[in-house]
Amino acid sequence: MSWDLRDLYQETILDHQKHPRGKGALENATHTATGYNPLCGDKVTIQLAVNDGKINEIRFDGEGCAICMSSASMMTVSLQGQPVSDAEELFQRIQKFLTANDESAAMEDIDTLGDLAALGGVRRLPVRIKCANLPWHTFKSAIQGEQSAKTE
Amino acid sequence: MIQELPKISTSLFPKSDFPNLLTEVNGQALAYLDSAASAQKPHAATEATTAFVEHQYANVHRGVHTLSQLATDAYELVRDQVKVILNAADRNEIIFTKGCTESINLVAQSFARPLLQPGDEILLTELEHHSNIVPWQLAAQASGAKVTAARIHDNGELDIDDFKAKLSSRTKIVAFTHISNALGTILPAKELTQMAHAVGATVLIDGAQSGPHAAIDVQEIGADFYVLSIHKMYGPTGVGVLYGKLNLLEAMPPYQGGGSMIRSVSFEETTFAELPAKFEAGTPNIAGVVGLGATLDYIAGPNWNRDSWVRRVTEIGNYESVVREYGVSQLAEIEGLSVYGDAEEMAGIISFTLKNVHPHDLGTILDQHGVAVRAGHHCCQPLMKRLGVPATARASIAAYNDLEDMDRLSSAVIAAKEIFA
Repeated sequence: MSWDLRDLYQETILDHQKHPRGKGALENATHTATGYNPLCGDKVTIQLAVNDGKINEIRFDGEGCAICMSSASMMTVSLQGQPVSDAEELFQRIQKFLTANDESAAMEDIDTLGDLAALGGVRRLPVRIKCANLPWHTFKSAIQGEQSAKTE
Repeated sequence: MIQELPKISTSLFPKSDFPNLLTEVNGQALAYLDSAASAQKPHAATEATTAFVEHQYANVHRGVHTLSQLATDAYELVRDQVKVILNAADRNEIIFTKGCTESINLVAQSFARPLLQPGDEILLTELEHHSNIVPWQLAAQASGAKVTAARIHDNGELDIDDFKAKLSSRTKIVAFTHISNALGTILPAKELTQMAHAVGATVLIDGAQSGPHAAIDVQEIGADFYVLSIHKMYGPTGVGVLYGKLNLLEAMPPYQGGGSMIRSVSFEETTFAELPAKFEAGTPNIAGVVGLGATLDYIAGPNWNRDSWVRRVTEIGNYESVVREYGVSQLAEIEGLSVYGDAEEMAGIISFTLKNVHPHDLGTILDQHGVAVRAGHHCCQPLMKRLGVPATARASIAAYNDLEDMDRLSSAVIAAKEIFA
């Protein structure tokens, strides 16, 4: 194998999969959306408690592969306590990082992503990009007041 | 069975007959274990199809010119061949469609929908593929009928008592799979058909997975409709078969209108052609059907007949069972691995999960080891719900797979386990 599976299943990913952060239900949620990947059956619910333009609380729940679950877990860590505008900006950076065709463009912000940089392994595997992206699209739907999202 | 294993030194179909099996995947030799999704194609059949397209091709059933006649003869010859492999009573009972899904939709729309009344029931099973659920739901919604499903036991076997209990005078249609695509369970088609007929229901059997792996006799089973997916039988995509009893097909209205399916057309009235043309509107997949014929010739050898076909597919089914049994025995040694489906009668499918490793992650890791499996719900979401899993990994075995493929599978699963340890 020229490309190592450890590039995809990095320690950070496995750690978040085994010890998910921000998992569970949020009682005082102001925004909730559920995202599906109809191809593989992955399902993620994102709940937010937003006040004064700030994400005070964020939780995820659902079932899916290690990439999807750890992406959701890392997302809750990154967005907890953040202004909505910063969260939306991070969403854009993640989109570029995961999906930009141009490798150097995709890698431009990698130093600003922290643990999220571990998701970069999916760039080699187009069908798995959706797994990493599902929690992010679901967050986007939630913040826009939509109730469902899907990646296809 | 295990003591018979040393007899298998090479696969029943040589891998070298299937060029795509020699492809390298991720720097590894390919272990293709996804034939239940679609089987690879023998070179002999694609070569024969190309020769037909390049030297005999024209539209069928239309021209008086020589090529059109040659093409029509080649196309219609395959109808006779399919009649033989299904043991149909009449060649006009064989309809070519674009796939198994279209075959089921044809019956749901042209047979079931006009028949169904509010309160009527369509009985399915929990094993069904979405393509043997959704067409019936559409017909039911349009007519006020209800779709029900017979339960399965935890080992993947159909709960015959529940099936029987759900049959009643309200049951107008019974549709079930011959072999489960997700688990490999083989259903007692004849017994179920007799039970359905006893309450006056009409029976459709989904043969998507049985075509290339078991001898089928629609008359012995008593099936009213039987459908095949040709690309799962080593043949081309875009071709399906609908078998229907002659009296049923004759009484049914056309499914689609167009060329070929008419006797005469005016703006006031159209009269329809006889069978099988009535159900083959438009130009059919001519090269695909001819390719099917060439594929059957590859499977059964030159000058095959009903007897030699039955012998050959029985041999294929037995061979695949031995490979499956070996694969299951290898996988069973891996701690945390669960195989779903342990019925008395199993076809060459191994559906499994590995503790703490999601099937999609498993699928990706296996792929990096050159092992191609399906990971997901297998278009069987109700079945996955019944089993209490979101998805499984599925290795499906064809006549070109061998014991080494099973070894590759189990060692790749062990590698996946180590990553997630």
